[in-house]
Order: sequence, then C-alpha cells, then structure tokens
Amino acid sequence: MVTMRIMRRLGRIGTLLALLAVLALPASIRADEAPLPPSDFRAADSPSDHGGSIDLKWQRSPDDGAGRNLVTAYEISRSTSSEGEYAQVARPLKGVVTYTDKGLTDGTKYYYRIAAVSAGGQSEPASAGPAVSSQQWFNQKRANLLVVACILIAAIVYYIYLGARGRELYIRRIAGLEAVDEAVGRATEMGRPVLFIPGIQDMDNVQTVAGITILGEIAKMTAQYETKLEVPVSRSIVMSTGRETVRQAYLEAGRPDLYSDDMVHYITDEQFGYVAAVDGIMVRERPAACFYLGAFFAESLILAETGSSIGAIQVAGTAMPTQIPFFVAACDYTLIGEELFAASAYLSKDKKMLGSIKGQDAGKAVAMVFIVVGVVLVTIAAVSGNHAIGRVGEWIRNLFALKM
Amino acid sequence: MKRTVPLLITFAVGLILIVAMFIPHDPFFDMDRNFSIFYDVIAVFAFILGGGNLLRVHLNKVYQRRRDWKYSIVTVTGFFLMLLAGLMKLGVQSTVQNGVTVGHWAGDFQGAGSLFKYLYDCTFQPLQSTMFSLLAFFVASASYRAFRAKTIEASILLVAAFVILIRPTPLGYYLTFWLPGPLKFLTVSNLSTWILAVPNMVGQRAIMIGIALGIVSTSLRLILGIERGYLGGD
Repeated sequence: MVTMRIMRRLGRIGTLLALLAVLALPASIRADEAPLPPSDFRAADSPSDHGGSIDLKWQRSPDDGAGRNLVTAYEISRSTSSEGEYAQVARPLKGVVTYTDKGLTDGTKYYYRIAAVSAGGQSEPASAGPAVSSQQWFNQKRANLLVVACILIAAIVYYIYLGARGRELYIRRIAGLEAVDEAVGRATEMGRPVLFIPGIQDMDNVQTVAGITILGEIAKMTAQYETKLEVPVSRSIVMSTGRETVRQAYLEAGRPDLYSDDMVHYITDEQFGYVAAVDGIMVRERPAACFYLGAFFAESLILAETGSSIGAIQVAGTAMPTQIPFFVAACDYTLIGEELFAASAYLSKDKKMLGSIKGQDAGKAVAMVFIVVGVVLVTIAAVSGNHAIGRVGEWIRNLFALKM
Repeated sequence: MKRTVPLLITFAVGLILIVAMFIPHDPFFDMDRNFSIFYDVIAVFAFILGGGNLLRVHLNKVYQRRRDWKYSIVTVTGFFLMLLAGLMKLGVQSTVQNGVTVGHWAGDFQGAGSLFKYLYDCTFQPLQSTMFSLLAFFVASASYRAFRAKTIEASILLVAAFVILIRPTPLGYYLTFWLPGPLKFLTVSNLSTWILAVPNMVGQRAIMIGIALGIVSTSLRLILGIERGYLGGD
C-alpha cells in the first residue's frame, strides 16, 4: 500500500514537472501550434501560354522564416466550386511564394486554397479564385524578339529593294569563294573530277539548302569546263533536290547533254557508312577539287584529311561552330559561318541576293552597337556601383535573350 | 508552274511559321513541330527513292564491269541481306508475354536471336567504330599542320593548344603549382580557364551571331523567292 502511494505521488510530481518544462520551453521550439496563414493569395491565368495553367501567388506566412518559424510547407488545394470539395494539388516547401498549376481544362472556373503547414498542424486556409485558364494570342515573353526580328527583316528587305532598283552594293571579297573558279579550273586542267559534299543533314536544315544552292553555281562551271562532277549524298530528298539543281545548271550553261542523274547519287543515311563510301570515292577517283558545303559533324575532319592526302584543292564551309576549326586546319579555304549563307549570292552576283547580304551586314552593325554600348554600361556600373546604369545594361542584355 | 507552286508554298509556310513563333494559340501552337513531323513522313517515303538509286548505280557498275565493280557486289549483297533479315525477321524467336505466345512475325525484329541485330552488332557497329576511330589519327595529322609555328597566329594557336591540352594532366599541375600568390593567375589551370572563357568564347559568340544573321537572311531569300536555285528548272 505504501509503495503504491509513493508511486502515485511520484506520478503527480512527474506530470507537474513535465508541464513546467513545456511552459519553460522557448516559443521557437513549441512546434505543436498551428502557424498563421499566408496572405494576399491570388490566382490568375498564366500569361503567354497555350492554356491549361493558372499561376498562384501568395505572401509568406508571418511564421515562415520569421516569427515563430513554424512553417515547414504550404498545402495548395483546388476545387471547381467555392463550396465544393477541395483536393490537394501541391505541397511547396516553406519560403516558396509561387506555383503554376498545370494540366487544367480551359474555360473551367477553378477555386484555390492555401494553408501554411507546421509539425503541429495547419493554418486557416486563404482562398483565391475563381480563375479560368485560356490560350493567349500573343507570347509577350517574345516581344523583344519580335522587335529585333522586325528591325532585321526591315533592313534586309530595304537592301533587297535597293538591289532590285539596280543600286551598286559593295560586298567584301571572300577568298574561299574566289577560289571556287580556281579549283574547278584546276580539276579541268588535270582531267580529274570535282567532288561536292552537301553535308550529312536533310533539306530541312538551312545549311543544306545553302550548300545545294552553291552546288548550282559550281555545276554551271563544271558544265562550261566539261569537267566531271560527283555529288554523293546521304539523304534521299537531298538527292532529288540536288539532281534538279544540277540539271537546271547544266541547262542554263547550255550543256544539258553532259548531265546525268548518276552525278548526284545516294549512299546511305548512316554517318560513318557515308564517310567510308566518300573516302573510297576520293581514294579511287582522286578528285582535284573537293567542296564540303553544308552541315557537318564528326566526319568533317575524316573527309578533309582524306582530301588533303590525295592533294585535292579543298574549299569547306559550315555553320557548325565545333567543326569550323577542323576545316580551317585541313582545307585550303574555309567559309566561316555566315559566309556559307552569303556564298550563293556572292557567286551568282544577283543584285537582289547581294542586297540581302548587305541587309544582314546592317543587322550585324546594329548588334555591334548594342554589344559596345552594353559592355560600356556594364563596366561603368561595375566600377561606379551605379545600379541604374547596371539596370540599363541588363535591359540591353534581355532585349536579345530568347525566352520560351 | 513547276516553280510557281513550290514558291507559293514556301512563302505561305515560311510566313505562317514565323507568325506561329509569337502565337501560342491553336492552330499556331507547336506548328513548327508538326511541320517537322510532316517532313519526316515524306522523308520515309523518300527512302525508297534512295534505296532504288543505290541499287541502280551499283547494279549498273556490276553489269558494265566498271572499275572496282566487285565492291559493288558487296554493297548490293549487304543491302539485301540486311533488308531481308529485318523484313523477314529472320532468327526472331517466339516468346511468351503475359501468358500469351508472341509468334515469330509479331516479335521484335531486333529481339533476342534476331539475325538483323546480330549483323548490326557484329558487323555494322565494329565497322562504324573503326571509321570513327580514324578520327584520332586525323586529329594528330591536322594538328601537326595547324600548329606549325610558321606565323605569329600559328604560334599563338600552338601555345594556346599546349596550355589547354596539358591542363588535365599531372604535368599541367606540376609545371606551375609553385608560382607565388601574385603570379597564381599564370598557372596552367587559370590560363586554360581564361583561354576558354574569354578569347575562345568571344570568337564562338561572334561566329554564332554571324550564323544567326546569315540564317535569317537566307530564310528571307527563300521565303521571298529570291533564292530559288534549289528548286531546279521550270
């Protein structure tokens, strides 16, 4: 009996001590209390999108990272009626103040609730809505791109117009294109063929289109000089287009009798299978001039080095930045990036085409002005610590940034 | 007519796709991707064209006993062997999937035991890897020519290449690790990072801006029908 009494007293003292201990704890570690709710909760259709999403924004709960520091997350729930049943859609962590709800049906009204969550429970929910998602007719994120594109297009069209009116337009000399005539002439003198490789991409790549257009100009020369032209291709549609182009060039040169469909022939779509076949053609037929104009990948150096080993005069051009150094190292002349796209206009001497290159140069001048101004502004801002100048520099940078 | 219709199509499609870039609303949304799919569909049919041409060229060569005609026999044989192995699903075993027997014809042409897969893995892949590995030797020969210090530019290129190449090696570390604090910026690691981040990046960006402008200009020439050489004759 005495033992039981002592036990009961000890139990009471223990409870009392535990209660005192809880009351003595600092407020920050009493996690069993519900936090205060977030405020200014808003729901609105996501801008500049294809619909199906709603943007949610809120102000953090006073207990999120401050106050009693209780919040561990937020719980967002959604319903199609204000009084209806809300289902949880997301549980962003503390500190987060935005969420985009995706996969919604356009035209349906959605109501949202958000509650701050702590270890001890949830706050009262804050409500927002109704919000309705819809498709937009203009992507505002790309407004800067539209402005830049309009300026560039206007410049190009203006110079095309000037060219069409017969204005003489100066285009700087491009050594690689001056060498085309020399290369074809050399092949003629040596009685060897001319090899033309339009890259390994299909006609949906603008580099291939540029390559095929240059092929037309080179084919006119081979027709005039009666030199054999060989064009192995790695895509069927490139073969069809190449044939049409070469046939037309031979017709324009007045030598349709020299044209044969076998000039442009298909090998394979496989990258290294194609390279093996072209290398074989080079070693067997020993062309005196090799042209590599189009989109190239790892095969660029293999082709160019094989061409170099047979002593061919080589002209390459690509807009693949990673392959340009290989061509520079292994070929006699290289058209770097934009020169590939200028080549057909340069070779044809067509004034409208030359006008488009002049317009492109005007676009480049505009870009250079912005680069110089931007660099100066950012430098001044960094040295002086002036945030206003820094913001102008940032604005210029954003003007050319592509946002999806 | 043969030129006018394609020019009109090019103009219309080009214009619509430019507009679609700025309109996320149906039917413009994802239009570029859909057009790419249309292109792929057409390209699949063009395979027949390519295959037909390959056969014609090589069979002619064999028939006329032109130079190196024996290689053409290997090409044609390889073409038909792979075609038959894939189409007839040679070697594909019947399997049981979810309690249902999947017969030879319904099996995967690249499945276990497939002759197509065997030929691909044991013949085509090694040949492809062999061609790719040639690149290592060609890089060496091209580098030798490019880095010969004949001019000031080539000498700068040689020094820059040397710094970049030795950076990941122990030599790259031991060569300059002892430099005192104020000269730390001259260590191989720091020099290499600077070369890649500043002169290399400047050159790359200049080329990229030129390429972007060139693409815009070429695309406009195509859309406006000024550049039409790729269309062939009337």
